[in-house]
Amino acid sequence: MRNTSRKERLSNVTGIYEFIIGLFIIIGSLLSLIATIGAIRLPDVYTRNHAIAKATTLGVMMILLGALIYFMVFESHFNSRLLLAILFIFMTAPISGHLIGRAAYHSGVKMAESSVTDDLGRDLQKKEKSKSRNL
Amino acid sequence: MKTNNVILETATRILLFIILVFAIDIFFAGHYYPGGGFIGGLIFAGALVLLLITYDIKTVAKFLPFNYLVVIAVGLLFAVGTGIGGLLFGKAFLTHWFTYVDFPILGKLSLHTAVLFDIGVVLVVIGTAMAIIQTIGESD
Repeated sequence: MRNTSRKERLSNVTGIYEFIIGLFIIIGSLLSLIATIGAIRLPDVYTRNHAIAKATTLGVMMILLGALIYFMVFESHFNSRLLLAILFIFMTAPISGHLIGRAAYHSGVKMAESSVTDDLGRDLQKKEKSKSRNL
Repeated sequence: MKTNNVILETATRILLFIILVFAIDIFFAGHYYPGGGFIGGLIFAGALVLLLITYDIKTVAKFLPFNYLVVIAVGLLFAVGTGIGGLLFGKAFLTHWFTYVDFPILGKLSLHTAVLFDIGVVLVVIGTAMAIIQTIGESD
């Protein structure tokens, strides 16, 4: 090892970084692909929402993290906007999923045939009943 | 039935500051990097639209009591004023200057009168976007 020149050792390090960055970006794109397959194959709005909101959030975050590490290592430029974008997507994508699911439920979209329980509907009925008893 | 909006309201309280800081950053980066008055003003207006989605139009009007038509007028005054500033010193209309100033903490800054013009662009863009959206939102 001592005989290796500085340039060679540096190229080994860049090989490791290239491997890590490639891993992040490939896993992120695969997660996005899986989310797309889920959107096509799953039966109703709620399960599709579940697949897309979770898998694309993590997928896009991993792609952005790969880009952040790439520019940090190879261009020696720390892009804080990418970090901010990771944080922003992590905070907003699940909330948009929640709002879409709630809007679908309250406008009366049916669940899939195979679903067995509806806790929100049970709670809403209980609330209606207690309100009518109080009146 | 009045639905419970606590998740969206809590998220808006945190996200609003990130969006506003990003809009200001885009605005000040405009001279050296992509960005500037137009996109900064649009992002700022987008943050206010997020407030309008989360709360209703009266609540937003209560803690941001601006008449957006006045905002447009002030923005146009900024733009024309920087142009007339060129005329006052015997140069052509819209001549701009810059100078280097040493601030105690911030260090060497280059101050440019084009920033004043850009503030005018920001105010006009915010005013126009919010005037359009509020006018459409208020008509029943």
